[in-house]
Amino acid sequence: MSVPEVFPLSVGPITGHAFNADRSQVCVSLNTNEAQVMAYDGTGWKTTETLSEHDKLITSIDWAPNSNRIVTCSQDRNAYVWTQVPDPQTGVVTWKPTLVLLRINRAATFVRWSPHEDKFAVASGARAIAVCSFDEENNWWVSRLLKKPIRSTVLSIDWHPNNVLLAAGSADQKARVFSAFIKDVDKRPGPTVWGDKLPFNTVCGEWASPNGGWVHSVAFSPSGDAMAFVSHDSSISVVYPAGPGLITIKTTILPYVTLAWTSEGSLVTAGHDCQPHVFQGSENGWAMVGSLDSSKGSHRHTGQRNQIEAFNRFRQADSRGSQSEEDTELLPTVHQNTITSVRAFDGTPEQVIRVSTTGVDGKLVLWDANAVAPVAGLTGKMGGLRM
Amino acid sequence: MANTLRPYLAAVRSTLTAAMTLENFASQVVERHNKPEVEAAQSIEVLLNPLVISRNENEQVLIEPSINSIRLSIKIKQADDIERILCHMFTRFMTGRAESFIILRRKPVKGYDISFLVTNFHSETMLKHKLVDFIIQFMEDVDKEISEMKLSLNARARIVAESYLTTFG
Repeated sequence: MSVPEVFPLSVGPITGHAFNADRSQVCVSLNTNEAQVMAYDGTGWKTTETLSEHDKLITSIDWAPNSNRIVTCSQDRNAYVWTQVPDPQTGVVTWKPTLVLLRINRAATFVRWSPHEDKFAVASGARAIAVCSFDEENNWWVSRLLKKPIRSTVLSIDWHPNNVLLAAGSADQKARVFSAFIKDVDKRPGPTVWGDKLPFNTVCGEWASPNGGWVHSVAFSPSGDAMAFVSHDSSISVVYPAGPGLITIKTTILPYVTLAWTSEGSLVTAGHDCQPHVFQGSENGWAMVGSLDSSKGSHRHTGQRNQIEAFNRFRQADSRGSQSEEDTELLPTVHQNTITSVRAFDGTPEQVIRVSTTGVDGKLVLWDANAVAPVAGLTGKMGGLRM
Repeated sequence: MANTLRPYLAAVRSTLTAAMTLENFASQVVERHNKPEVEAAQSIEVLLNPLVISRNENEQVLIEPSINSIRLSIKIKQADDIERILCHMFTRFMTGRAESFIILRRKPVKGYDISFLVTNFHSETMLKHKLVDFIIQFMEDVDKEISEMKLSLNARARIVAESYLTTFG
Protein backbone atom coordinates (compact mmCIF):
# COMPACT_ATOMS: atom_id res chain seq x y z
CA MET A 1 0.00 0.00 0.00
CA SER A 2 1.39 3.35 -0.94
CA VAL A 3 2.36 5.78 1.76
CA PRO A 4 0.81 9.25 1.63
CA GLU A 5 3.27 12.08 1.02
CA VAL A 6 3.16 14.53 3.91
CA PHE A 7 4.45 18.10 3.64
CA PRO A 8 4.22 20.19 6.80
CA LEU A 9 3.85 23.74 5.44
CA SER A 10 3.11 25.60 8.64
CA VAL A 11 2.22 25.25 12.29
CA GLY A 12 -1.13 26.97 12.00
CA PRO A 13 -4.09 26.24 9.75
CA ILE A 14 -4.07 26.24 5.95
CA THR A 15 -7.30 27.91 4.92
CA GLY A 16 -7.12 27.11 1.23
CA HIS A 17 -4.88 25.49 -1.36
CA ALA A 18 -4.76 25.29 -5.14
CA PHE A 19 -2.23 23.69 -7.49
CA ASN A 20 -1.22 24.95 -10.92
CA ALA A 21 -1.78 22.91 -14.08
CA ASP A 22 1.39 20.78 -13.94
CA ARG A 23 1.31 20.51 -10.13
CA SER A 24 4.77 22.04 -9.75
CA GLN A 25 3.47 24.98 -7.75
CA VAL A 26 0.87 25.40 -5.06
CA CYS A 27 -0.81 28.53 -3.75
CA VAL A 28 -1.78 28.36 -0.09
CA SER A 29 -2.93 30.78 2.54
CA LEU A 30 -1.55 30.06 5.98
CA ASN A 31 -4.38 31.57 8.02
CA THR A 32 -3.20 35.11 7.26
CA ASN A 33 -4.09 37.92 4.90
CA GLU A 34 -1.33 36.82 2.51
CA ALA A 35 -1.21 33.95 0.07
CA GLN A 36 2.00 32.07 -0.62
CA VAL A 37 2.99 30.68 -3.99
CA MET A 38 5.22 27.69 -3.31
CA ALA A 39 7.34 25.64 -5.67
CA TYR A 40 8.57 22.09 -5.17
CA ASP A 41 12.37 21.85 -4.98
CA GLY A 42 12.73 18.08 -4.71
CA THR A 43 12.50 17.90 -0.94
CA GLY A 44 9.81 20.32 0.12
CA TRP A 45 7.70 23.30 -0.83
CA LYS A 46 9.50 26.65 -0.73
CA THR A 47 7.80 30.01 -0.96
CA THR A 48 8.69 31.77 -4.19
CA GLU A 49 6.31 34.68 -3.96
CA THR A 50 3.88 36.20 -1.48
CA LEU A 51 0.62 37.63 -2.70
CA SER A 52 -0.30 40.42 -0.32
CA GLU A 53 -3.18 42.69 -1.11
CA HIS A 54 -5.96 41.53 1.19
CA ASP A 55 -6.18 42.97 4.66
CA LYS A 56 -8.07 40.16 6.36
CA LEU A 57 -7.93 36.37 6.41
CA ILE A 58 -7.88 34.75 2.96
CA THR A 59 -10.64 32.16 2.98
CA SER A 60 -10.28 30.45 -0.39
CA ILE A 61 -7.96 30.20 -3.38
CA ASP A 62 -8.38 28.78 -6.87
CA TRP A 63 -5.86 28.47 -9.70
CA ALA A 64 -7.14 28.35 -13.29
CA PRO A 65 -5.08 25.60 -14.96
CA ASN A 66 -5.21 26.78 -18.58
CA SER A 67 -5.14 30.55 -18.31
CA ASN A 68 -2.75 30.37 -15.31
CA ARG A 69 -4.55 32.89 -13.15
CA ILE A 70 -5.09 32.79 -9.39
CA VAL A 71 -8.18 34.10 -7.69
CA THR A 72 -8.23 34.73 -3.95
CA CYS A 73 -11.07 35.86 -1.73
CA SER A 74 -11.01 37.07 1.82
CA GLN A 75 -13.02 38.09 4.85
CA ASP A 76 -12.28 41.73 3.92
CA ARG A 77 -15.15 41.37 1.33
CA ASN A 78 -12.81 41.50 -1.66
CA ALA A 79 -11.51 39.15 -4.28
CA TYR A 80 -8.43 39.61 -6.47
CA VAL A 81 -7.46 37.98 -9.73
CA TRP A 82 -3.69 37.51 -9.96
CA THR A 83 -1.95 37.27 -13.33
CA GLN A 84 1.72 36.80 -14.10
CA VAL A 85 3.14 39.83 -15.88
CA PRO A 86 6.77 40.79 -16.58
CA ASP A 87 8.03 43.91 -14.85
CA PRO A 88 8.57 46.68 -17.45
CA GLN A 89 12.05 47.59 -16.12
CA THR A 90 13.61 44.36 -14.96
CA GLY A 91 11.61 41.83 -16.93
CA VAL A 92 11.06 39.69 -13.85
CA VAL A 93 7.73 37.89 -13.96
CA THR A 94 5.59 38.65 -10.92
CA TRP A 95 1.98 38.16 -9.87
CA LYS A 96 -0.09 41.31 -10.24
CA PRO A 97 -3.52 41.73 -8.65
CA THR A 98 -6.68 42.99 -10.31
CA LEU A 99 -9.51 44.07 -8.04
CA VAL A 100 -12.92 42.51 -8.60
CA LEU A 101 -16.05 44.58 -8.06
CA LEU A 102 -17.88 42.03 -5.97
CA ARG A 103 -20.63 44.29 -4.58
CA ILE A 104 -20.96 42.18 -1.45
CA ASN A 105 -20.82 43.69 2.02
CA ARG A 106 -19.86 40.67 4.13
CA ALA A 107 -16.98 38.22 4.14
CA ALA A 108 -16.25 36.27 0.97
CA THR A 109 -16.04 32.61 1.92
CA PHE A 110 -15.32 30.50 -1.14
CA VAL A 111 -14.19 30.99 -4.74
CA ARG A 112 -13.98 28.74 -7.79
CA TRP A 113 -13.11 29.29 -11.47
CA SER A 114 -15.65 28.03 -13.97
CA PRO A 115 -14.47 25.11 -16.18
CA HIS A 116 -13.93 27.43 -19.20
CA GLU A 117 -12.11 29.93 -16.95
CA ASP A 118 -14.04 32.93 -18.29
CA LYS A 119 -16.08 33.32 -15.09
CA PHE A 120 -15.67 32.65 -11.42
CA ALA A 121 -18.08 32.57 -8.53
CA VAL A 122 -17.53 33.97 -5.04
CA ALA A 123 -19.66 32.77 -2.15
CA SER A 124 -20.22 35.19 0.66
CA GLY A 125 -21.69 35.87 4.05
CA ALA A 126 -23.95 38.50 2.49
CA ARG A 127 -26.44 35.72 1.61
CA ALA A 128 -25.36 36.00 -2.01
CA ILE A 129 -23.09 34.49 -4.61
CA ALA A 130 -21.23 36.87 -6.91
CA VAL A 131 -20.77 35.49 -10.42
CA CYS A 132 -17.94 37.45 -11.99
CA SER A 133 -17.01 37.89 -15.63
CA PHE A 134 -14.43 40.09 -17.35
CA ASP A 135 -15.54 43.41 -18.77
CA GLU A 136 -13.28 44.17 -21.74
CA GLU A 137 -14.34 47.82 -22.08
CA ASN A 138 -13.39 48.87 -18.59
CA ASN A 139 -10.71 46.25 -18.03
CA TRP A 140 -12.09 44.94 -14.76
CA TRP A 141 -14.08 42.05 -13.39
CA VAL A 142 -17.78 42.76 -12.88
CA SER A 143 -20.19 40.64 -10.93
CA ARG A 144 -23.84 39.69 -10.95
CA LEU A 145 -25.37 38.50 -7.71
CA LEU A 146 -27.30 35.31 -7.16
CA LYS A 147 -29.47 36.18 -4.20
CA LYS A 148 -32.92 34.80 -4.37
CA PRO A 149 -33.65 31.97 -2.00
CA ILE A 150 -30.34 32.07 -0.08
CA ARG A 151 -31.00 32.82 3.58
CA SER A 152 -27.59 32.46 5.22
CA THR A 153 -23.85 32.42 4.60
CA VAL A 154 -22.90 30.38 1.54
CA LEU A 155 -20.17 27.97 2.63
CA SER A 156 -19.16 26.37 -0.65
CA ILE A 157 -19.83 26.31 -4.37
CA ASP A 158 -18.99 24.12 -7.35
CA TRP A 159 -19.32 24.54 -11.12
CA HIS A 160 -21.08 22.13 -13.44
CA PRO A 161 -18.86 21.03 -16.37
CA ASN A 162 -21.15 22.92 -18.80
CA ASN A 163 -19.90 26.26 -17.37
CA VAL A 164 -23.42 27.47 -16.57
CA LEU A 165 -24.82 25.63 -13.58
CA LEU A 166 -23.54 26.34 -10.10
CA ALA A 167 -24.09 24.29 -6.94
CA ALA A 168 -24.05 26.04 -3.58
CA GLY A 169 -24.24 24.80 -0.03
CA SER A 170 -25.09 27.20 2.73
CA ALA A 171 -25.56 27.56 6.47
CA ASP A 172 -29.34 27.64 6.03
CA GLN A 173 -29.08 23.84 5.77
CA LYS A 174 -29.81 23.67 2.06
CA ALA A 175 -27.89 22.70 -1.05
CA ARG A 176 -29.06 24.36 -4.23
CA VAL A 177 -28.31 24.33 -7.93
CA PHE A 178 -28.47 27.68 -9.69
CA SER A 179 -28.04 28.86 -13.23
CA ALA A 180 -25.19 31.35 -13.53
CA PHE A 181 -25.79 32.03 -17.21
CA ILE A 182 -24.34 35.35 -18.37
CA LYS A 183 -25.49 36.43 -21.80
CA ASP A 184 -22.30 38.06 -23.06
CA VAL A 185 -20.03 35.25 -21.94
CA ASP A 186 -21.92 32.00 -22.35
CA LYS A 187 -23.40 30.34 -25.36
CA ARG A 188 -26.85 28.92 -24.78
CA PRO A 189 -26.27 25.62 -22.99
CA GLY A 190 -27.83 22.37 -24.12
CA PRO A 191 -30.47 20.72 -21.96
CA THR A 192 -29.16 18.91 -18.90
CA VAL A 193 -30.75 16.71 -16.30
CA TRP A 194 -31.05 19.82 -14.14
CA GLY A 195 -33.28 21.72 -16.58
CA ASP A 196 -33.71 22.98 -20.12
CA LYS A 197 -34.24 26.73 -19.97
CA LEU A 198 -31.67 28.40 -17.78
CA PRO A 199 -31.80 32.20 -17.47
CA PHE A 200 -29.67 33.78 -14.72
CA ASN A 201 -30.71 32.91 -11.15
CA THR A 202 -32.97 30.00 -12.09
CA VAL A 203 -33.10 27.65 -9.10
CA CYS A 204 -32.85 24.20 -10.61
CA GLY A 205 -33.21 22.39 -7.34
CA GLU A 206 -33.08 22.73 -3.61
CA TRP A 207 -32.35 19.93 -1.16
CA ALA A 208 -32.30 20.11 2.62
CA SER A 209 -29.70 18.24 4.62
CA PRO A 210 -31.33 15.21 6.27
CA ASN A 211 -31.13 16.34 9.89
CA GLY A 212 -30.73 20.06 9.45
CA GLY A 213 -26.97 20.53 9.42
CA TRP A 214 -25.09 23.30 7.67
CA VAL A 215 -24.06 22.19 4.18
CA HIS A 216 -20.27 22.42 4.29
CA SER A 217 -19.36 21.32 0.79
CA VAL A 218 -20.98 20.57 -2.56
CA ALA A 219 -19.59 19.04 -5.74
CA PHE A 220 -20.87 17.94 -9.13
CA SER A 221 -19.85 14.53 -10.43
CA PRO A 222 -17.44 14.51 -13.42
CA SER A 223 -20.34 14.10 -15.88
CA GLY A 224 -22.40 16.75 -14.08
CA ASP A 225 -25.41 14.44 -13.82
CA ALA A 226 -25.14 14.03 -10.07
CA MET A 227 -24.29 16.30 -7.17
CA ALA A 228 -23.03 15.37 -3.72
CA PHE A 229 -23.04 17.41 -0.55
CA VAL A 230 -21.85 16.89 3.01
CA SER A 231 -23.48 18.49 6.00
CA HIS A 232 -22.83 19.07 9.66
CA ASP A 233 -25.24 16.31 10.73
CA SER A 234 -22.49 13.82 9.76
CA SER A 235 -24.30 12.83 6.61
CA ILE A 236 -23.43 12.74 2.96
CA SER A 237 -26.07 13.05 0.26
CA VAL A 238 -25.96 12.39 -3.47
CA VAL A 239 -28.61 13.86 -5.77
CA TYR A 240 -29.61 12.20 -9.05
CA PRO A 241 -32.23 14.53 -10.55
CA ALA A 242 -32.85 12.17 -13.48
CA GLY A 243 -32.95 9.04 -11.37
CA PRO A 244 -33.96 8.27 -7.81
CA GLY A 245 -33.47 11.79 -6.47
CA LEU A 246 -31.78 12.14 -3.10
CA ILE A 247 -29.66 9.33 -1.65
CA THR A 248 -28.49 9.92 1.91
CA ILE A 249 -25.89 8.10 3.99
CA LYS A 250 -25.81 8.84 7.68
CA THR A 251 -22.60 8.16 9.52
CA THR A 252 -21.68 7.98 13.17
CA ILE A 253 -18.36 9.84 12.93
CA LEU A 254 -17.63 13.54 13.27
CA PRO A 255 -18.98 15.73 10.44
CA TYR A 256 -17.34 15.99 7.05
CA VAL A 257 -16.30 19.42 5.83
CA THR A 258 -15.14 18.82 2.29
CA LEU A 259 -15.52 16.37 -0.56
CA ALA A 260 -14.18 15.65 -4.05
CA TRP A 261 -15.33 13.23 -6.72
CA THR A 262 -12.65 10.81 -7.88
CA SER A 263 -14.74 9.14 -10.59
CA GLU A 264 -18.39 8.90 -11.60
CA GLY A 265 -18.93 6.27 -8.93
CA SER A 266 -16.68 7.28 -6.09
CA LEU A 267 -15.84 10.27 -3.95
CA VAL A 268 -13.51 11.24 -1.15
CA THR A 269 -14.76 13.11 1.90
CA ALA A 270 -12.82 14.50 4.83
CA GLY A 271 -13.43 16.68 7.82
CA HIS A 272 -13.37 16.72 11.59
CA ASP A 273 -12.50 13.03 11.76
CA CYS A 274 -9.02 13.97 10.46
CA GLN A 275 -8.91 11.27 7.78
CA PRO A 276 -10.22 11.05 4.20
CA HIS A 277 -12.99 8.49 3.69
CA VAL A 278 -13.96 6.92 0.39
CA PHE A 279 -17.56 6.37 -0.67
CA GLN A 280 -18.62 4.37 -3.69
CA GLY A 281 -21.93 3.82 -5.33
CA SER A 282 -24.27 4.59 -8.17
CA GLU A 283 -27.91 5.53 -8.65
CA ASN A 284 -28.79 2.31 -6.84
CA GLY A 285 -27.14 3.31 -3.60
CA TRP A 286 -24.01 4.55 -1.93
CA ALA A 287 -21.84 3.15 0.86
CA MET A 288 -18.62 3.92 2.65
CA VAL A 289 -15.84 1.60 1.54
CA GLY A 290 -13.00 2.74 3.73
CA SER A 291 -10.38 5.28 4.61
CA LEU A 292 -7.31 6.47 2.72
CA ASP A 293 -5.47 6.78 6.01
CA SER A 294 -3.98 3.39 6.86
CA SER A 295 -1.43 4.72 9.35
CA LYS A 296 -1.03 2.76 12.52
CA GLY A 297 -0.35 6.05 14.16
CA SER A 298 1.65 5.70 17.30
CA HIS A 299 5.01 4.00 17.58
CA ARG A 300 4.20 2.53 20.95
CA HIS A 301 4.16 -1.24 21.35
CA THR A 302 0.67 -2.12 22.33
CA GLY A 303 1.61 -5.69 23.20
CA GLN A 304 4.14 -4.91 25.90
CA ARG A 305 2.06 -3.06 28.38
CA ASN A 306 3.16 -3.69 31.95
CA GLN A 307 0.98 -3.84 35.01
CA ILE A 308 1.39 -0.23 36.06
CA GLU A 309 0.40 0.98 32.63
CA ALA A 310 -2.64 -1.24 32.68
CA PHE A 311 -3.52 -0.03 36.17
CA ASN A 312 -3.18 3.59 35.09
CA ARG A 313 -5.33 2.96 32.10
CA PHE A 314 -8.17 1.48 34.11
CA ARG A 315 -7.87 4.15 36.76
CA GLN A 316 -8.10 6.80 34.09
CA ALA A 317 -11.04 5.12 32.46
CA ASP A 318 -12.75 5.01 35.84
CA SER A 319 -11.99 8.50 37.06
CA ARG A 320 -12.09 10.52 33.86
CA GLY A 321 -14.42 8.58 31.63
CA SER A 322 -11.51 8.41 29.23
CA GLN A 323 -11.53 5.90 26.41
CA SER A 324 -8.08 6.74 25.17
CA GLU A 325 -4.84 5.09 26.11
CA GLU A 326 -2.76 6.94 28.69
CA ASP A 327 -2.19 10.48 27.53
CA THR A 328 -1.75 10.11 23.82
CA GLU A 329 0.12 13.17 22.60
CA LEU A 330 -0.96 12.83 19.00
CA LEU A 331 -3.85 11.39 17.07
CA PRO A 332 -3.18 8.12 15.23
CA THR A 333 -4.05 9.74 11.90
CA VAL A 334 -1.79 11.55 9.42
CA HIS A 335 -3.63 14.82 9.83
CA GLN A 336 -3.65 16.02 13.41
CA ASN A 337 -6.62 18.34 13.09
CA THR A 338 -9.64 18.96 10.89
CA ILE A 339 -9.13 18.54 7.15
CA THR A 340 -10.66 21.58 5.50
CA SER A 341 -9.97 20.98 1.84
CA VAL A 342 -9.65 17.94 -0.41
CA ARG A 343 -8.99 18.36 -4.16
CA ALA A 344 -8.06 16.19 -7.11
CA PHE A 345 -4.31 16.13 -7.77
CA ASP A 346 -3.50 13.60 -10.48
CA GLY A 347 -5.45 12.09 -13.34
CA THR A 348 -8.56 13.15 -15.20
CA PRO A 349 -11.81 14.17 -13.53
CA GLU A 350 -13.26 10.80 -14.56
CA GLN A 351 -10.39 8.86 -13.00
CA VAL A 352 -8.52 10.72 -10.28
CA ILE A 353 -5.32 8.95 -9.24
CA ARG A 354 -4.24 11.11 -6.32
CA VAL A 355 -5.96 13.67 -4.12
CA SER A 356 -4.44 16.42 -2.02
CA THR A 357 -5.69 17.51 1.39
CA THR A 358 -4.89 20.42 3.66
CA GLY A 359 -6.15 21.10 7.11
CA VAL A 360 -6.06 23.06 10.30
CA ASP A 361 -2.83 21.29 11.33
CA GLY A 362 -0.88 23.01 8.52
CA LYS A 363 -0.06 19.83 6.59
CA LEU A 364 -0.38 19.26 2.87
CA VAL A 365 -0.85 15.55 2.16
CA LEU A 366 -0.99 13.72 -1.18
CA TRP A 367 -2.97 10.47 -1.06
CA ASP A 368 -3.34 7.63 -3.52
CA ALA A 369 -7.07 7.82 -4.22
CA ASN A 370 -7.33 4.08 -4.83
CA ALA A 371 -5.43 2.80 -1.78
CA VAL A 372 -8.46 2.26 0.38
CA ALA A 373 -7.97 0.76 3.82
CA PRO A 374 -10.84 -0.76 5.76
CA VAL A 375 -12.71 1.64 7.99
CA ALA A 376 -11.58 2.13 11.54
CA GLY A 377 -13.08 5.02 13.41
CA LEU A 378 -10.85 7.36 15.33
CA THR A 379 -12.15 6.08 18.63
CA GLY A 380 -11.49 2.49 17.60
CA LYS A 381 -7.92 3.32 16.68
CA MET A 382 -7.35 5.24 19.86
CA GLY A 383 -8.48 2.27 21.91
CA GLY A 384 -5.63 0.30 20.37
CA LEU A 385 -8.05 -2.05 18.68
CA ARG A 386 -6.19 -1.73 15.41
CA MET A 387 -2.89 -3.53 15.36
CA MET B 1 -19.96 7.97 43.87
CA ALA B 2 -17.51 6.84 41.28
CA ASN B 3 -20.21 4.75 39.66
CA THR B 4 -22.15 7.81 38.61
CA LEU B 5 -19.11 10.01 38.00
CA ARG B 6 -17.79 7.82 35.23
CA PRO B 7 -20.81 7.82 32.90
CA TYR B 8 -21.30 11.51 33.67
CA LEU B 9 -17.78 12.42 32.58
CA ALA B 10 -18.01 10.06 29.62
CA ALA B 11 -21.19 11.79 28.48
CA VAL B 12 -19.57 15.21 28.83
CA ARG B 13 -16.49 14.01 26.97
CA SER B 14 -18.33 12.59 23.98
CA THR B 15 -20.65 15.60 23.77
CA LEU B 16 -17.71 17.97 23.88
CA THR B 17 -15.85 16.01 21.21
CA ALA B 18 -18.86 16.15 18.93
CA ALA B 19 -19.52 19.81 19.67
CA MET B 20 -15.92 20.88 19.11
CA THR B 21 -16.28 20.73 15.33
CA LEU B 22 -15.65 24.41 14.73
CA GLU B 23 -14.67 26.42 11.69
CA ASN B 24 -13.73 29.99 10.92
CA PHE B 25 -16.96 31.88 10.35
CA ALA B 26 -17.11 35.64 9.81
CA SER B 27 -20.09 37.53 11.14
CA GLN B 28 -22.94 37.83 8.68
CA VAL B 29 -24.47 40.67 10.67
CA VAL B 30 -21.58 43.09 11.15
CA GLU B 31 -19.15 43.86 8.34
CA ARG B 32 -15.54 42.73 8.74
CA HIS B 33 -16.18 41.26 12.16
CA ASN B 34 -15.51 37.75 13.34
CA LYS B 35 -17.01 36.97 16.71
CA PRO B 36 -18.13 33.89 18.60
CA GLU B 37 -21.65 33.25 17.35
CA VAL B 38 -22.73 31.65 20.62
CA GLU B 39 -22.01 34.96 22.38
CA ALA B 40 -23.32 37.27 19.66
CA ALA B 41 -26.42 35.12 19.07
CA GLN B 42 -27.53 37.26 16.16
CA SER B 43 -27.84 34.55 13.54
CA ILE B 44 -30.12 31.80 14.80
CA GLU B 45 -29.31 29.36 12.02
CA VAL B 46 -25.68 28.95 13.07
CA LEU B 47 -26.54 28.04 16.67
CA LEU B 48 -27.18 24.45 17.66
CA ASN B 49 -29.47 23.21 20.40
CA PRO B 50 -28.00 23.68 23.87
CA LEU B 51 -27.62 20.53 25.90
CA VAL B 52 -27.68 19.94 29.66
CA ILE B 53 -25.91 16.93 31.11
CA SER B 54 -26.75 16.53 34.74
CA ARG B 55 -25.48 14.11 37.33
CA ASN B 56 -27.92 15.35 39.93
CA GLU B 57 -29.70 18.62 40.57
CA ASN B 58 -26.54 20.21 42.02
CA GLU B 59 -24.06 19.08 39.38
CA GLN B 60 -24.80 19.99 35.80
CA VAL B 61 -23.02 20.91 32.62
CA LEU B 62 -24.56 23.12 29.95
CA ILE B 63 -23.04 22.87 26.47
CA GLU B 64 -24.06 25.46 23.89
CA PRO B 65 -22.53 24.74 20.48
CA SER B 66 -22.45 26.98 17.43
CA ILE B 67 -20.63 27.10 14.10
CA ASN B 68 -17.47 28.79 15.39
CA SER B 69 -17.58 28.53 19.17
CA ILE B 70 -18.92 26.50 22.05
CA ARG B 71 -19.76 27.62 25.54
CA LEU B 72 -19.57 25.16 28.40
CA SER B 73 -20.91 26.05 31.81
CA ILE B 74 -20.45 23.98 34.96
CA LYS B 75 -22.57 23.95 38.08
CA ILE B 76 -20.28 22.87 40.92
CA LYS B 77 -21.64 20.79 43.78
CA GLN B 78 -22.39 22.94 46.85
CA ALA B 79 -23.87 20.97 49.73
CA ASP B 80 -23.65 23.51 52.55
CA ASP B 81 -22.70 27.10 53.34
CA ILE B 82 -18.98 26.38 53.68
CA GLU B 83 -18.89 24.75 50.26
CA ARG B 84 -20.87 27.64 48.82
CA ILE B 85 -18.35 30.15 50.16
CA LEU B 86 -15.37 28.09 49.07
CA CYS B 87 -16.82 27.61 45.59
CA HIS B 88 -17.44 31.32 45.27
CA MET B 89 -13.87 32.16 46.34
CA PHE B 90 -12.43 29.51 44.08
CA THR B 91 -14.29 30.58 40.94
CA ARG B 92 -13.55 34.22 41.71
CA PHE B 93 -9.86 33.38 41.94
CA MET B 94 -10.01 31.61 38.58
CA THR B 95 -12.04 34.17 36.65
CA GLY B 96 -9.84 36.96 38.00
CA ARG B 97 -7.01 35.28 36.10
CA ALA B 98 -9.04 34.31 33.05
CA GLU B 99 -6.39 35.36 30.49
CA SER B 100 -3.97 32.76 31.82
CA PHE B 101 -6.58 30.04 31.36
CA ILE B 102 -7.23 31.20 27.76
CA ILE B 103 -10.57 29.43 27.33
CA LEU B 104 -12.06 30.58 30.63
CA ARG B 105 -14.91 33.07 30.45
CA ARG B 106 -14.78 36.02 32.82
CA LYS B 107 -18.40 35.77 33.86
CA PRO B 108 -20.34 32.55 34.25
CA VAL B 109 -23.62 31.98 32.47
CA LYS B 110 -26.61 32.68 34.73
CA GLY B 111 -27.37 29.73 36.95
CA TYR B 112 -23.89 28.22 36.65
CA ASP B 113 -20.67 28.70 38.59
CA ILE B 114 -18.02 28.79 35.90
CA SER B 115 -18.07 28.99 32.09
CA PHE B 116 -15.61 28.21 29.32
CA LEU B 117 -15.70 29.65 25.82
CA VAL B 118 -13.84 27.70 23.14
CA THR B 119 -13.65 29.39 19.74
CA ASN B 120 -12.31 28.10 16.44
CA PHE B 121 -9.08 30.03 17.12
CA HIS B 122 -8.49 27.92 20.22
CA SER B 123 -9.21 24.64 18.46
CA GLU B 124 -6.85 25.72 15.67
CA THR B 125 -3.90 26.45 17.93
CA MET B 126 -4.45 23.64 20.43
CA LEU B 127 -5.12 19.95 19.96
CA LYS B 128 -8.84 19.36 20.21
CA HIS B 129 -8.62 16.19 22.26
CA LYS B 130 -6.29 17.96 24.69
CA LEU B 131 -8.83 20.74 25.15
CA VAL B 132 -11.46 18.14 25.98
CA ASP B 133 -9.04 16.45 28.37
CA PHE B 134 -8.36 19.78 30.07
CA ILE B 135 -12.03 20.46 30.72
CA ILE B 136 -12.69 16.94 32.00
CA GLN B 137 -9.63 17.23 34.23
CA PHE B 138 -10.90 20.53 35.53
CA MET B 139 -14.34 19.14 36.33
CA GLU B 140 -12.77 16.30 38.22
CA ASP B 141 -10.27 18.42 40.13
CA VAL B 142 -12.63 21.17 41.18
CA ASP B 143 -14.72 18.84 43.37
CA LYS B 144 -11.61 17.34 44.88
CA GLU B 145 -10.14 20.78 45.52
CA ILE B 146 -13.23 22.11 47.25
CA SER B 147 -13.68 19.07 49.49
CA GLU B 148 -9.99 19.24 50.45
CA MET B 149 -10.30 22.92 51.28
CA LYS B 150 -13.39 22.16 53.33
CA LEU B 151 -11.54 19.49 55.33
CA SER B 152 -8.57 21.73 56.05
CA LEU B 153 -10.90 24.58 56.97
CA ASN B 154 -12.73 22.37 59.45
CA ALA B 155 -9.47 21.09 60.92
CA ARG B 156 -8.19 24.62 61.30
CA ALA B 157 -11.42 25.76 62.95
CA ARG B 158 -11.18 22.91 65.41
CA ILE B 159 -7.58 23.78 66.36
CA VAL B 160 -8.43 27.45 66.73
CA ALA B 161 -11.44 26.66 68.88
CA GLU B 162 -9.46 24.25 71.03
CA SER B 163 -6.61 26.65 71.68
CA TYR B 164 -9.07 29.44 72.38
CA LEU B 165 -11.13 27.41 74.81
CA THR B 166 -8.09 26.07 76.71
CA THR B 167 -7.64 29.53 78.23
CA PHE B 168 -11.03 29.11 79.89
CA GLY B 169 -10.49 25.46 80.66
